[in-house]
Amino acid sequence: MRAPSAGELGLGEPLLAVEDVSLTFGGVRALSGVSFNIRKGEIRAIIGPNGAGKTSMLNVINGFYQPQSGRILFKGEARTTMRPYAAARGGIARTFQNLALFRGMSTLDNVMAGRALKMRCGFFWQLLRYGPALKEEVEHRRRVEEIIDFLEIAAIRKIQVGRLPYGLQKRVELGRALAMEPDLLLLDEPMAGMNLEEKEDMSRFILDVNKQYGTTIALIEHDMGVVMDLSDRVVVLDYGQKIADATPDEVKYDKNVIRAYLGEPHGKSV
Amino acid sequence: MLSTDPSLDTLPKLLIHNAVAIGARPAIRHKNLGIWQTWTWQEMLEEIRAFSVGLAELGIKRGGKFAIIGYNRPRLYWAFCAGQALGAVPVPIYADAVAEEMAYVLAHAEVTMAVVQDQEQVDKIIAISDRLPLLGRVIYDEPRGLKDYDQERLIAFEDVQRLGRKKLANEPDSLRRWETGVAEGKGGDLGIILYTSGTTGRSKGVMLTHENALISARNANAFDRLGMDEEVIAYLPMAWIGDHIFSYVQAYAAGYCVSCPETPDTVLEDRREIGTTYAFAPPRVYENLLTLTMVRMADAGALKRRLFDFFIAFARRWGEKILNGEKVPLRVRLLYGIGNLLIYGPLKNRFGLSRIRVAYTAGEAIGPEIFRFWRAVGINLKQLYGQTEASVYISAQPDGEIDAETVGKASPDVEIRISESGEVLFRSPGVFVGYYKDPEKTAEVRTAEGWVHTGDAGFFDPKTGHLKIIDRAKDVGRLTDGTLFAPKYIENKLKFYPNIREAVAIGAGRDFVCVMINIDLTAVGSWAERNNVVYGSYQELAGHPLVYDMIAQHVDEVNRSLAQEDLVAGAQVRRFLVLHKELDPDDGELTRTQKVRRGFIAERYAPLVEAFYNGATAAEISTHVTFEDGHQGAISARVAIRDVTPHAAPAPRMERAA
Repeated sequence: MRAPSAGELGLGEPLLAVEDVSLTFGGVRALSGVSFNIRKGEIRAIIGPNGAGKTSMLNVINGFYQPQSGRILFKGEARTTMRPYAAARGGIARTFQNLALFRGMSTLDNVMAGRALKMRCGFFWQLLRYGPALKEEVEHRRRVEEIIDFLEIAAIRKIQVGRLPYGLQKRVELGRALAMEPDLLLLDEPMAGMNLEEKEDMSRFILDVNKQYGTTIALIEHDMGVVMDLSDRVVVLDYGQKIADATPDEVKYDKNVIRAYLGEPHGKSV
Repeated sequence: MLSTDPSLDTLPKLLIHNAVAIGARPAIRHKNLGIWQTWTWQEMLEEIRAFSVGLAELGIKRGGKFAIIGYNRPRLYWAFCAGQALGAVPVPIYADAVAEEMAYVLAHAEVTMAVVQDQEQVDKIIAISDRLPLLGRVIYDEPRGLKDYDQERLIAFEDVQRLGRKKLANEPDSLRRWETGVAEGKGGDLGIILYTSGTTGRSKGVMLTHENALISARNANAFDRLGMDEEVIAYLPMAWIGDHIFSYVQAYAAGYCVSCPETPDTVLEDRREIGTTYAFAPPRVYENLLTLTMVRMADAGALKRRLFDFFIAFARRWGEKILNGEKVPLRVRLLYGIGNLLIYGPLKNRFGLSRIRVAYTAGEAIGPEIFRFWRAVGINLKQLYGQTEASVYISAQPDGEIDAETVGKASPDVEIRISESGEVLFRSPGVFVGYYKDPEKTAEVRTAEGWVHTGDAGFFDPKTGHLKIIDRAKDVGRLTDGTLFAPKYIENKLKFYPNIREAVAIGAGRDFVCVMINIDLTAVGSWAERNNVVYGSYQELAGHPLVYDMIAQHVDEVNRSLAQEDLVAGAQVRRFLVLHKELDPDDGELTRTQKVRRGFIAERYAPLVEAFYNGATAAEISTHVTFEDGHQGAISARVAIRDVTPHAAPAPRMERAA
């Protein structure tokens, strides 16, 4: 299937391209020959039934897994092996399906942790909190406070994240990812386990992040309503293969996608 | 002390005066990005002047109306004074009003411009703009999310200020012209229109002059000796007269600093950082703080809980006496000191009340238990009775003359009398000019001699000489047997239980009294957790038989206390139910100031009322709910009804009634 061109959507250059990527774990093929790209400034959804390889795909993108074949082009540069911290330094941030926050630390410290890679001063100077280290910390804190304001989490600034409700923890995690000022933000099921109101809030924040900061976003999501409302283009995976790549409206009526989600009709027609 | 020179008769004049007299002192604070930002009086004058000149450039006229919509923020407070400096009239609107309500007020007030907080308010205005042909520019404070909006109509607050600053810099004459404009303003000029959220019908625009507000504010400052060292936090709706007088007019008159919280959710934390000395809150706030304390204490360790229980019991016995400066044994004073160190101090500190000198509760009756609790731990909590039509102050309790059930003595310069029908009337310099565009209603409420009908039934308590309010005069009814039925009196008694958030009593013209009850989700939820009561939703919890048992106990206790009072012994509660949804201002069931609209509720829940009186033990009900963005949904439920046996009255009255 042909993906809509960048011109049609008014989108920028490809920021990241996945080319013919395959990934196996022992005998299990998690991904086989998947290719697609993510353009600058878009919200790109990756969907598919359980076990379709969505999270594996994200893990490949940010260097958690090394694909056996194929390559990833990020900002036009090909890479075959990459470590997660290198991905982070290169401008890829992510959130996790099952939260990965520092539960004993406050919201503020968690978001501040997202700035760690941007800190230039050494450990010693930071400990002294003097001169350039102090100036640097003030600047980072300002950025973090802007994010806290942006995500409306000021009221929980000093609360340990372990004590927060799930929906808010998700928001803190998004805050930490934003603190890295990423070029590409990967969201792994940002709405999982949320109630309707929390989902609406989260959708609004994702759209605002995209609009305000111009951040390119790739998200995995189960909730089809959310995907259709948020994303510019959708990749559909099933059993590790790409079965569709189009705008949300087109995907919705795609035969292969419907079959993947509802199963093959067998025996009597459904 | 600041000058109370009567020639300083408008707020803009006061601003200019303060900028000279106390220019370097803080005037307003706002917590932004986690840090308190402060403006001195001098800086505030500069900000307001720039905005004011900018407003004039945008074409606002003397006498023109402009709306102010949003949560408490310095820029919105500045907008009041900036408009008033030009002789324009601000019309603040409740920030949580749904678009429909907003449309009514904006149209009725003939608003030509609006100063709003953020995208949320801009969206509401856009949604109703086709009904507001007079409305011109919309000025916003917070630019977030507004990038893609039609910029023809919208303009940022700082851009208006930039217009003003440019004008002031380029035309040397413009500063003098602005100051002349301020000097031309008179105390008798219309200063503000506040729309009251009436318990019945459409809201009315109460017009107040600068003098109305200023004299009231100065009297209040003198009454409680408020000076420029006070610290207050502005967190109540800006469209409410209480906040207007307290966070704006009194601050200008006394020269104290007002702090605006970071967001509506951070008030508790922000108050703690500021350490307010003067506070003003509806009873609900004190109730919530107490409920929060009790819920947390229930989860505390055994030692802490024991200490808490001991010292609170001790404080309930002696605390008020100490606060009132009465003589108490040395032993008591010492133990209270220890209690202060261990319990009262930390508790007050937790809620940012450590430095409090005067705290008021007003707007509704406060539960005596709650009232006494806060006084017992050393907070000088007092009662106040006021109205928008009076520029707040009608009566207040002087220090040392405190009673949980009265609202105090007439405030300075206020005369109070009770009409033959039992209604409270007052006359004062704060009495409003009239309702905007409604001379008939004005004439109904204010007599030719200047007496204002409060609409409240009350009397002077012979024991204390204080005013006591029982209910809205028009709500006081009678049962079919002639027994006096004061619904609020019963509801308040019920609401004083932390488990009961709201109660609605029905009985006027009926054989007996029934109540609908709203449980408090925090209190009952925590109770459920401790008692292993499993529930999936508010509705399920509300309908739980064990919750019914608990509420039945409360109702029974209320009945016992009613039975003690001759006048209302016959009006004991016979049947009750627990509502399946929370009463909500968005559904029109509560006013914006959270008062129940009894008539509306009786209509909306007519099937339940019918079931009360036909003996049914349960009834089906389906109701519409309105979400904040205006769209609607429906909730339906089957609500059980319980019977309660009334207590025998000590007097023979009951037999006759039966």
